[in-house]
Amino acid sequence: MDTQKFVIRQISIFSENRPGRLAAIAHALGEEKINILAFSIAEANGFGVVRALVDHPEKAHDKLLSLGFNVAFTDVIAVRMKDQPGGLYEVAKILGDAGVNIEYSYAYSGKEGAVLILRVDQVEEAIKKIKNSGATLMERSVFH
Amino acid sequence: MFWDKKIETLKPDELQELQLKRLKKTLGLVQHVDFYRKLLSGAGVKPSAIKTLDDIQKIPFTKKQDLRDGYPFGFFAVPMKKIVRIHTTSGTTGKPTVVGYTQKDLDTWADLIARNMTMIGVGKDDIFQNMVNYGMFTGGLGFHYGAEKIGMTVIPSATGNTKRQIEMIMDFGVTAIHCTPSYAMHLSEIAEEMDASLDSLRTGIFGAEPWSESVRQTLEKRLGVTAYDSYGLSELFGPGVAFECPERDGLHIWHDSFFVEIIDPKTGERVSEGERGELVITPLVKEAMPLLRYRTGDVTVKMEDGCICRRGQKIARITGRSDDMLVIRGINVFPSQIEHVLLKIPEVGNQFMVYIDRINHLDEMTVEVEINREYFSGELADLAKLQKKVVKELRDALELRTTVKLVEPGSLPRFEGKAKRVIDRREAI
Repeated sequence: MDTQKFVIRQISIFSENRPGRLAAIAHALGEEKINILAFSIAEANGFGVVRALVDHPEKAHDKLLSLGFNVAFTDVIAVRMKDQPGGLYEVAKILGDAGVNIEYSYAYSGKEGAVLILRVDQVEEAIKKIKNSGATLMERSVFH
Repeated sequence: MFWDKKIETLKPDELQELQLKRLKKTLGLVQHVDFYRKLLSGAGVKPSAIKTLDDIQKIPFTKKQDLRDGYPFGFFAVPMKKIVRIHTTSGTTGKPTVVGYTQKDLDTWADLIARNMTMIGVGKDDIFQNMVNYGMFTGGLGFHYGAEKIGMTVIPSATGNTKRQIEMIMDFGVTAIHCTPSYAMHLSEIAEEMDASLDSLRTGIFGAEPWSESVRQTLEKRLGVTAYDSYGLSELFGPGVAFECPERDGLHIWHDSFFVEIIDPKTGERVSEGERGELVITPLVKEAMPLLRYRTGDVTVKMEDGCICRRGQKIARITGRSDDMLVIRGINVFPSQIEHVLLKIPEVGNQFMVYIDRINHLDEMTVEVEINREYFSGELADLAKLQKKVVKELRDALELRTTVKLVEPGSLPRFEGKAKRVIDRREAI
């Protein structure tokens, strides 16, 4: 199985924890007509990392870089789950049973249902197990 | 290679005996200076009270401002007819400081320069281009006479016209140069533009400004020299006070000529062995302008004894000015120490800001440092690890717990000229 096509590039942006930083990031992406599908902020001791799944990761990366932001790509996977009670459990159990650790995760619920974005320690293993269970993974090609 | 092997490798007891003898002589000379007569009688110190080297601690310090107040000739201990040369140091504020030399002073000074240059292995066969100001600045004539004394071929090229300087290096086959590290940088850039080969160069002597190990590496690569640090100040003749030997790990200071103390700049007490502080020097061989316990304002630390070259105890290369010292929870901190720590951690930049607050009657130091763009992995955990690492390295170096804030690259202020990296927000107690 070609697992690579399910590896999605999240953009991770280093940000100081002070007013206006998220606005600056969001404004920059808006200007470039980049849509943010999902994002989360992880915070630690005075600084944070803004994680975002966007429709044009490359463009977002270059734009933010040109504005002086510290940006990196991070490999994640995105699983479609049932937008109903027990939906998250199904996905989490598959990974738990396979001994794959979830480092962090966030989710969004859109027109086509709910999507769980996962950063895991063993990407290939996670993709295989999820595919085998019959669940759907979003493909990299959805993003440009 | 030694210029004066006996004196450069004196045994500790012989050295101390010589120092004491010379200190007593200096105490006699300063009696001709009004300032010192008043200073000593004010402190109740009779020259006869100085029986051992440790007794020097009874004598109050002499500060730069005292010399300025003595403008122009207030510190001369000999009649003007015995003064054969005058130099001045540019004062950033107000009047310059005037220094005078007798013929014997000039001989002594040239001798010290000769020791330094012989120590790094340059001599009669070398062609030496002295690319510093030949006017009132002591670096020009100081090195000139020292180099002539050991028989080098001296080119008094002074400053300016960099292309001509480079042509001379090439045409005359110059092997050794002396200039400021920043001029050396400039020279190397112009040489590159001219596509000039500086193949003949072997030795670079750089001084009059503090410079880092990374500048050393750059200069050595670009100019093809081995670079040596030279330390001195006009009040103590000029260059030649301390110098690196081929080990290039600290500066040999000439203990027979300069009595060295390291003090806490706030309390004036001597620091304990191995602790950093302000360098205080009592010159032991000056005639026209003897000084007692002169506060150099430069920050250093005495290094462990026992250099391979067999010369005396070294001091660390100068890392900052004592005016910048902070006292945090009773511990002395020099901003240069922080810079030192950060330089060793590639994941963070070299720019930093320090904030000091008093929270619940306790001093709290916060250090802001930029993360290095290339090292950002996108992972929060890596950043947290880096933050911990910086905290730990700072604690190891300063013996102080600090709060470290990682900030975005390029977000801290850049300074041209004198940096103001410390903001003390503590209110007076």
